[in-house]
Amino acid sequence: MDDGGGDGPGTRVTGEPGRDTSSATSRVAKRDADVVRDALGVGIAVGLSGFAFGVTSAGAGLTLLQTCALSLLVFTGASQFALVGALAAGGNPYTAAAGAFFLGVRNAFYGLRLSQLLALPRAVRPFAAHWVIDETTAVTLPQPTRRAARIGFTVTGLTLYVLWNLTTLVGALGAEALGDTDAWGLDAASPAVFLALLAPMLKSTTERVTAALAVLLALGLLPVLPAGLPVLLSALAAPVVLFVTGRRKIATTVVTQGEERRR
Amino acid sequence: MNVWIAIGLTAVGCYLAKLLGLLVPAGALERPLVQRLAALLPVALLAALTAQQTFGDAQQLVLDARGAGLAAAALALALRAPFLVVVGTAVVVTAGLRALG
Repeated sequence: MDDGGGDGPGTRVTGEPGRDTSSATSRVAKRDADVVRDALGVGIAVGLSGFAFGVTSAGAGLTLLQTCALSLLVFTGASQFALVGALAAGGNPYTAAAGAFFLGVRNAFYGLRLSQLLALPRAVRPFAAHWVIDETTAVTLPQPTRRAARIGFTVTGLTLYVLWNLTTLVGALGAEALGDTDAWGLDAASPAVFLALLAPMLKSTTERVTAALAVLLALGLLPVLPAGLPVLLSALAAPVVLFVTGRRKIATTVVTQGEERRR
Repeated sequence: MNVWIAIGLTAVGCYLAKLLGLLVPAGALERPLVQRLAALLPVALLAALTAQQTFGDAQQLVLDARGAGLAAAALALALRAPFLVVVGTAVVVTAGLRALG
């Protein structure tokens, strides 16, 4: 893929999408509007779940300032939920942060694919990086052109960032008004968020076996290890399953090659 | 203070992970094994977190209203319900069971 720079200045990620439609044909303008609509849909739906995070975080005992700092500075939902969950369970700050960090590592791989697609100027990258998350990637990757990708990324990122932080604040304030958040079933929000993020990832047997092994490790180790460690160790399910499936693949190729030789 | 340490470490770590992807030249992390591990890591962590926050109570395993709430959420997912409906279902079923019990 080329290094970009061929597009007009209006398509820069910092520019406002839709501003420069005067020079575009109506067909292109309509496509821009479609991208914006898709981006807004994802941004609004997921942004609202910031409310669940605000409530969960406040219920876990974090202050209003700490809760809002997480959404402003971390801005990757699964890591935030994992961190407050680990802290609420009594984990020490280092294992809690390690679990949240490992969940955030996937964003590096999103960034790799986005950087080819968006071809951002170097100076813009440190700012765009904060928005490299599941949802912006999901909207941006399928876009047919660099222009559409940039619009999708910017609109999704901006909508999500503003809404996620506003709803975090409202959720944290609401939790204080609600009192006992467990009575409202809000302690079920965080695992339900994880489940909803996990479900689309369970595409093949490899993923399902990894998930099952991780569940066994997490629950099996929970009674015997300090809080936070069981989740970290359950991450080992990933390399273990890769190692085993890798070996099996080698074994089957050896077997089929042997059979071919016998013919 | 401990909470602020955790927040600081998480914020810096997660930001650097995001930035790394945008800055490194394409191909550096493109090795198939690294890619597959990066795709599987969240699967393991999310599964572990779901299980632990559904059945864990401090250092004990328990089966309570959250289990029913998550089962309802799984059903909603199977019916292709939107994200917010899935989470809402878990919350409503958990709260309902607690109100009854």
